[in-house]
Amino acid sequence: MTRVLPVVLVIALVAALPLLGDNYLLRLGTMGAMYAVMALSWNVIGGFAGYPSFATAAFFGLGAYTGAILQGAGVYMPLAWVAACLAAALFAGLLGLAILHLKGHYFAIASLVVAEVLLEITTSWTSLTGGGMGLNLPILRISVDAQARLFFWAMLALASLTLAMNWIVANHRLGFGLRCIRQNEDASGMVGINTTLYKVIAFILSAVFVGGAGALYASWVFYIEPPDVFATLTSVKPIVMALLGGAGTVLGPVIGAVLFLVMEELVWRNLLEIHAAALGILIVILIFFLPGGVLGLFKRRRKPAAPSRPLASAEAGR
Amino acid sequence: MAKPLLSVAGLEAGYGDIQVLWGVDLEVAEGDIVCLVGSNGAGKTTLLKTISGLVKPSAGSVRFAGEELAGSGPGAILGAGIAQVPEGRRLFRTMSVRDNLLMGAYLRKPSDPSVGEDLDRVMQMFPRLAERARQDAGTLSGGEQQMCAIGRGIMSRPKLLMIDELSLGLAPRAVELLSESLLEINRAGTTVLLIEQDVLTALEIASRGYVLDRGRVLMSGPSAVLAEAPEVREAYIGA
Repeated sequence: MTRVLPVVLVIALVAALPLLGDNYLLRLGTMGAMYAVMALSWNVIGGFAGYPSFATAAFFGLGAYTGAILQGAGVYMPLAWVAACLAAALFAGLLGLAILHLKGHYFAIASLVVAEVLLEITTSWTSLTGGGMGLNLPILRISVDAQARLFFWAMLALASLTLAMNWIVANHRLGFGLRCIRQNEDASGMVGINTTLYKVIAFILSAVFVGGAGALYASWVFYIEPPDVFATLTSVKPIVMALLGGAGTVLGPVIGAVLFLVMEELVWRNLLEIHAAALGILIVILIFFLPGGVLGLFKRRRKPAAPSRPLASAEAGR
Repeated sequence: MAKPLLSVAGLEAGYGDIQVLWGVDLEVAEGDIVCLVGSNGAGKTTLLKTISGLVKPSAGSVRFAGEELAGSGPGAILGAGIAQVPEGRRLFRTMSVRDNLLMGAYLRKPSDPSVGEDLDRVMQMFPRLAERARQDAGTLSGGEQQMCAIGRGIMSRPKLLMIDELSLGLAPRAVELLSESLLEINRAGTTVLLIEQDVLTALEIASRGYVLDRGRVLMSGPSAVLAEAPEVREAYIGA
C-alpha cells in the first residue's frame, strides 16, 4: 500500500492541472495520458509476455473509427467510448488466436501488417467510414476550455485505469505466468501454464484501453482520417516509451511516456528542421545506455527479498 | 510383467506437413525404467512431446493409468501425472533455483503444505541445489541445471517422469550422479521413461528398451537382450 499511495497522489496532482488554466499544458497533458495508455497497454503483451506487438495502431484506429461512427449515429459519447474498448478487445481476441502462435520477428511482422490492412479497408469502405476524406464528429456544445478539461480528465482516467490493470496483472497469477512465457515458453507449457489462453488474454488487455484511447482521441479532435489513426508510428512510439521507462515493470511505461512526450516537445520546438532525426538519435542513445530503462537504474542490484515471492504473488491473485 | 502404466498404440504425429511418427506402439509398466534409443531424427523427442501434449497426435492413442490422453493439452496431461524434463533443460534462467523448482508445483495451490514437503525432498536429493537455492538458474553448471530440471519434474509428483537426453553435454561424473538419483527416484515409486544418446548408459539404467528408427519402433525388449543384439551393437555402439 505504501507504494500505491504516492502514485495516487501524483495522479491527483496531475488531475489538478486545469487550475493553471493553460490550454497548451492541458493539450500536452492529454497527449501524455494517451501515450501512457498506449505504453502501458503494450507493456502487457510486449513487456510481461515478451511478444513484440506492433498492433497498437490497429487497436487505436479501430477504436477511433468505432467511436466516431457510433457517435455519428447518435450514440451518447461515453457509450461510444465503451463500445470502442469492447470492439478493440474482441478484435484482439480473434487476432490473437490467429497470430499468437508466431514468435519473435514473425509475430512482429504479422502484427504490423494488421494496421495496414485496416487502413486499406477504412480507406475503401467509403459508405461507412467516409473513406480517404475522413470522418467528422458531432461538435460538442460546450466552451473550448470546458472541452479541454473534459478530454484531459477522461484521458487521465483512462490512463489510471490502464495503470491499475497493469498493477493487477503484475501481482496476479496471470502476470507470473506471462513472465514465465517470456523466459521460456516451452518450459511454461510443461509445468502446466495454459500458454495460449494467457497470451490471448494479454493481447486483449493490450488492446482494450487503446481502443478507448482511439475513441477519446476522435472525440477530442473532431475529425479523423485513415492515415492519421492507423499510422505505423502509433505502434512504434509505445514500444519506445516502454523501453525508455523499463519494459515489464508497472511504472516504467508511464515514466517512459512522460519522458518521450517532453523530449518530443522540446526537440520539436527547438530543432524544427531536423526534429525527427534529433529525436531518433536521442532515443537510440538512451536505449543504448539504459538497457533496463529508467527504472532499471534503480533496481539493478536488487534481488527478490522473500524467497517465496512467486508463490505469494500467485496467491494474491486468487 | 506388471500392468502397463502408459500404453501408446499406433501413434502418429508430426509438424505441419512433415510426419515424424508413423504408428508407434510402446508400453511402460508401472515402477519400471524404460529407455528409448535411436539416432538423431528418429523421432524420440517428438514421441515424448506427443505423450506430454506439446505436439498434437494425428492418429493413435495414449492411454495412461486407464485414461485416454491423446489430444489433451499439456496442463491436463501434467495433471494426470506425466511430467517431462525437456532436452536442454529449459529452465527459467533469470529465476532462482528455488523458484524454478516451485514452478514444477504450479498446478497445486501455493498454500498446499505438500509443496514445501516436496521442495525439501528435492533439496535433500540434490544438496547442490539447496546450496544454490537463491542463485539464478542460468548461473548453474550443466549438471546442476539438469538436477534442477529433474527436480522441477518431480515437484509435480508425477507417476511417470519422462527425461529427454539425461547426459547430453555433461561431464561423466555428473552423468554418474544423475543416474544414481534417477534410480533413487524410481525406487521411491516413480516410473521413468528415458531418452538417451549414450546407449550403453541407457541400457544399464533401464530394465527395458525401445529402439526407434525413422518414426517406427525397430525393436524392443529387456535391456540385456537389446545390449547384445547385433543390430543395436552395430548401429549405436560401434562394436
